[in-house]
Amino acid sequence: MTAMPKINRRSFILSTAAVGGGLALGLRLPFGPEVVLAQDGTPEINAWVVIRPDDTVVVRVARSEMGQGTITGLAQLVAEELECDWAKVTTEYPTPGQNVARKRVWGDFSTGGSRGIRTSHDYVRRGGAAARIMLTQAAADQWKVPAAECVAANSVITHKPSGRTVRYGQVAEAAAKVPAPDAKTLQLKDPKNWKIAGKPLKRFNTVDKVTGKQVYGFDFKLPGMLNAAIKESPVFGGKVKSFDAAKVSGMKGVRRVVQVGDTAVAVVADTWWQAKTALDALPIVFDEGPNAKVSSASIAEILKAGLDAEQAFVGNQNGDAKAAIAGAAKKIEAVYSYPYQNHVCMEPMNATARYTADKCEVWVPTQDGEASFAALLAASGLPADKCEVYKLDLGGGFGRRGAFQDYVTQAVQIAKQIPGTPVKLLWSREEDMRQGRFHPVMQCKLTGGFDAANNLTGLHMRLSGQSILAAVRPAIVEKQGGRDPLSFQGVADAGEHAIGYGFPNLLIDHAMRNTHVPPGFWRGVNINQNAIFIECFMDELAHAAGQDPVAFRRKFMEKYPRNLAVLNAVAEGIGWDKPAPRGQHRGIAQMKAFDSFVAAACEISVQGGNKVKVHRIVAATDCGYAVNPAQIERQVAGSFVYGLSALFMQECTVKDGRIEQENFHTYNSMRIAQMPKVETIILQPGGTVWGGIGEPTICVAAPAVLNAFFKATGRRIRSVPLKNHGIELV
Amino acid sequence: MQLNVNGRNHEVDVEPSTPLLWALREQVGLTGTKYGCGVAACGACTVHIDGAAVRSCVMPVSVVAGKRITTIEGLAKGNVLHKVQKAWVDHEVPQCGYCQAGMIMAVVALLRDKPRPTDADIDATITNICRCGTFQQVREAIHAAAKA
Repeated sequence: MTAMPKINRRSFILSTAAVGGGLALGLRLPFGPEVVLAQDGTPEINAWVVIRPDDTVVVRVARSEMGQGTITGLAQLVAEELECDWAKVTTEYPTPGQNVARKRVWGDFSTGGSRGIRTSHDYVRRGGAAARIMLTQAAADQWKVPAAECVAANSVITHKPSGRTVRYGQVAEAAAKVPAPDAKTLQLKDPKNWKIAGKPLKRFNTVDKVTGKQVYGFDFKLPGMLNAAIKESPVFGGKVKSFDAAKVSGMKGVRRVVQVGDTAVAVVADTWWQAKTALDALPIVFDEGPNAKVSSASIAEILKAGLDAEQAFVGNQNGDAKAAIAGAAKKIEAVYSYPYQNHVCMEPMNATARYTADKCEVWVPTQDGEASFAALLAASGLPADKCEVYKLDLGGGFGRRGAFQDYVTQAVQIAKQIPGTPVKLLWSREEDMRQGRFHPVMQCKLTGGFDAANNLTGLHMRLSGQSILAAVRPAIVEKQGGRDPLSFQGVADAGEHAIGYGFPNLLIDHAMRNTHVPPGFWRGVNINQNAIFIECFMDELAHAAGQDPVAFRRKFMEKYPRNLAVLNAVAEGIGWDKPAPRGQHRGIAQMKAFDSFVAAACEISVQGGNKVKVHRIVAATDCGYAVNPAQIERQVAGSFVYGLSALFMQECTVKDGRIEQENFHTYNSMRIAQMPKVETIILQPGGTVWGGIGEPTICVAAPAVLNAFFKATGRRIRSVPLKNHGIELV
Repeated sequence: MQLNVNGRNHEVDVEPSTPLLWALREQVGLTGTKYGCGVAACGACTVHIDGAAVRSCVMPVSVVAGKRITTIEGLAKGNVLHKVQKAWVDHEVPQCGYCQAGMIMAVVALLRDKPRPTDADIDATITNICRCGTFQQVREAIHAAAKA
């Protein structure tokens, strides 16, 4: 879920080149004169559009569908420009191998950073428009009339002067031979005139999902396939010392016991249950190394020291905050902290691999087919033209299945030891919990200064904690002299994660404190903790100044009209200016994230000082353009399940160098009884920048509820999760 | 050992302690029932045993031999969806969809016991985990199915 696709691409090319794969395979230009056949043998009109003789439109896009609705939205954008009959649209994933062989015609495969639609809307619409022009030209050629006299609508081309018509399916083969127009020069529709995009259309595959027919990676089967269960060193950085295969090799169904890299052991059996049963009985000794001494407490001490450390990387600065605070009439200070958290996709990590000396193939539910491909290349040692990845449906992604392809590496490493036999590697939930790529830990000290008239004169926000990029994209950090720019998501000085307030004197800096626990891009990434820090502290400052939290915020939002618009929308929606329902209390928060502006206002009640009921949430999103409002509503409502589960229930603690929580009984997630009513407001002012949807709203869930909890109880909670304070969501 | 699944008998060759979930997925070949936790905490593996909702990941196959087992694949009659499945489609409940087979099986059992459930009935009975967070649509769809 990094916000840096260009760097992703570079590192991908590096990693493929590093193993000698090379990217120049029999190239076919996407918009060139040569006719290319789609997977089913139908000539493709271009990379995005294949039309079968029966008028079925196959839209091919590279982003992965994992429940967020991006495939439906992207297909709507292609279909809008293609002028086709939406009822005839279906979708297909191109493979990463095809993309590499065709000079990455489908663009970036990475589906994270809420960028599925916001960073591909332009080229997929151009793909649809180019195909429409080619179809229209093919019809005009057939009739020997100028194309300008023909018009395309609803998968039919009409020659206006004569009234003749032809269906897309009838001219698709001829259209495939028409020289492609220069896609960059095509005029795209004004979104005001959209008929398919912008509408709350139903997503694909729902019937398959409710009948059990949908094939997730976990369900995939090949003839003769074996199943593998795996255990990696539970202490990160540990290595396999020894294992006693003889103890389990006679167990029913067991075929092989294999070491996987330096760090893991797998049992391969006829069925996964047999493999897992044998793995549980297999004696494995790990050399756990020095990390076995690390605990949550020792990590917290290191972070705490960073709060007052001399050295820190500056993320956002204007004026002289330290001087302003030093000279302040009143000083407010607070320390917050955020824990490690696991993505916990409902479908645990898995991949199926088949290796021979001539070919290595992987079938995997992945957020980034090209990252899977790169992992496959590296693990197989084969050149790119002998490798292929087939994407399967994902049972959740949330950032775990994008940059991190450890399960692909493992599956290939296992399959390589059993050439010719396909092997499906499934992680148990326990393995999934132990081997996460965790939401990083962060502490934050905030200091605000007021003058005698209660005007805020300076704010210092000191972050101390782990950097994701230092672990995952060290080249970016190196280029910035050691700074991780992503640490400042939501409070940055500019860009897709810019802060939404103009403070008189401001300093936001980060004392980087890395640990041996592998961090990852957890849905929302660094906005989750930064929103709690800044938006709860804004409430603390408002309280100290004796001012209403909304009125206090507005004073700093004059130059942030879109932040202000979502704040005002939720304030109005919740009825901020009127009293809350009896026994209920309100909280509010706002942020810009992934180029969308989001805000939430909630109403909660608290029984016995610790039982929190969230009755109602009003959430506003300004994403510029809403491609499918129905899917946006679902993402927004679902974001509160992700965000409030994290706030109330979820923490991965470290003991003896390993993660203690291994399943849902110690790492809980919200149930329907705890679900508040969510009312979604979508703002669409347009503009040149499109905002993301999958992640932004999560970050405003926690601070809105924490601020309401303070209103209700007078208790200011500054560390997550609330279960550690005896507070539960009911 | 013989299992009666969706009205058909299947001979399965497994250890008696094997959880029903894995017998269904790996022996009978029905993969609609999902693994989520293996400790009966999440509900993704919910099936019906003689009409009652059961979490199949902790149910030894020996216990259910000879009983009537229904999985998500056995809910529709031919191409006609069960009213809960239809409500799920109408209200577009699933996001990733992985947990929804278990969710639907739990809801079908609820409606069998309480044809017009209140919100409190739903809260007390439907305890399945959904990480995408479909609960708002789940609740709407349950009420719609109850009225259908």
